[in-house]
Amino acid sequence: MFEAIAFYLFAFLTIAMFYITVTTSQALYAITALAAGMIFISAFFFILGADFLGAIQIVVYSGAVMALYAFGMMFFDTTRDVKEKQGNKAIILGLSILAAILIVVIFAVPMVSNNITALYPMVAGAGNTQEIGMVLFTKYLVPFEVAAVMLLVAMISGIVLAGKKMDLSLTLMSDEEIEAEKNEKVRS
Amino acid sequence: MDTAYLIETVIKVVVILLIFSALAGIGTYFERKVLAFMQRRLGPMYVGPYGLLQVAADGIKLFTKEDIIPTNVVSRIFKIAPVITAATAFMAAAAIPFLPQFTLFGYTVHPIVADINIGILYILGIMGVGLYGPLLGGMASANKFSLLSAARGAAVFISYEVVTGLSILAPIMMVGSLSLIDFNEYQAGGIGDWIIWSQPVAFVLFWIAAFAETGRTPFHLIANDHEIIDGFGTEYSGMRWGLFFIGEYANMFFISFVIPLLFLGGYGDGSLLGALGLLAKMSFFFFFFLWTRAAWPDVRPDQLMWLCWKVLMPIAVINIVITGLVMMF
Repeated sequence: MFEAIAFYLFAFLTIAMFYITVTTSQALYAITALAAGMIFISAFFFILGADFLGAIQIVVYSGAVMALYAFGMMFFDTTRDVKEKQGNKAIILGLSILAAILIVVIFAVPMVSNNITALYPMVAGAGNTQEIGMVLFTKYLVPFEVAAVMLLVAMISGIVLAGKKMDLSLTLMSDEEIEAEKNEKVRS
Repeated sequence: MDTAYLIETVIKVVVILLIFSALAGIGTYFERKVLAFMQRRLGPMYVGPYGLLQVAADGIKLFTKEDIIPTNVVSRIFKIAPVITAATAFMAAAAIPFLPQFTLFGYTVHPIVADINIGILYILGIMGVGLYGPLLGGMASANKFSLLSAARGAAVFISYEVVTGLSILAPIMMVGSLSLIDFNEYQAGGIGDWIIWSQPVAFVLFWIAAFAETGRTPFHLIANDHEIIDGFGTEYSGMRWGLFFIGEYANMFFISFVIPLLFLGGYGDGSLLGALGLLAKMSFFFFFFLWTRAAWPDVRPDQLMWLCWKVLMPIAVINIVITGLVMMF
């Protein structure tokens, strides 16, 4: 009974949060609701007994959304409403409902046609952290390594793009030196 | 899930909440006294014996002060930000074993609210979420100093999460579990078994990162009085401002519990002496937070980033590689 109560509570909260994210015109509300929604999703993992995934959901998404805040800070005055250009509202509403139904159908069809069985049954005595490790390093080893290589590429390119003049510190330079740097940049 | 378990959990939650909100208040008293003695002053002296009732006086002041919501702020976010800091600090406490299990009137009590097998990840994750409080408070107040503080908060959060995570990885590899109780069992054999002897680097890195996670002095950038007034707290008044403080002090207490549990043997074999030992270690780490505040200047934001990405993170990665090699051969 507790599981059912918790599930419906968090289902409601998650949907409410993402609804706010989509509909509000205030950037700060949108990002905060997104963060809250992401954290509420972790509750489903905890209910299902997948503690590891639940904690990872919190760690990863709280950090990821934090980066979004940084972007929000750079691009808007977050204490003001954002003016959105909206075309026909009926089309937007219709398309989003259609997309939602389509996604539900895609995921629901296999469940209706045949009962899903676990490809890798639980190993007795292993906790769910170990279970994830086993699956990740046997069946899904190649996608896992490919993802790792992709992240490495992204990290190196990030360093190369942002790393120009990293040895200079604006705080340590005098005004004249900063001016000189600027002029040099203009000339080159 | 039976009723006894439910009642037990609720009692544990209430006890932890009460003890640590009171401790957070008394923590401010300790801080003022310790700072005062280190600076050859007396600190609070007038209210009660040795100023002990100063905490109560501060409490009354905070609770009865007018709660001002300035114009131009995003009021809902502004109101909820301090609650996030305080609430997440206490949520993190759910996975910390404060004492070894003991028997009270013939009933065995486990002083941990939820013994989940990923305790450390959960604690670090929730403590990270706690930094949303300063961030949201800073961004919602229409004030440039608060915004600066929020920007610094985001920067500290994104960088020091990496150091905490990587530094803790090497001990996790050795123990082979993410549960704080398993960590304690691993080190139960006595001082020789403590992880600090085999992982001194990880210990120091985690300790440094703990200062960043709790926003204490060498990394006190998000509310640096001499540069950005009170940072995210500038626009706050009364108990909302007080909640930020409760969150900060509760976080300090909890991280002071986590460090000994991870590296210094925790409560050992679970005897009374072990339990007292854990409390003593916790007190030392809490005192160290205050000591650092009295003794060290703040670092600049660029030094903070330099320290994180160019010093601490490479050391943490090298530490993991060496640990892995040693474990393999």
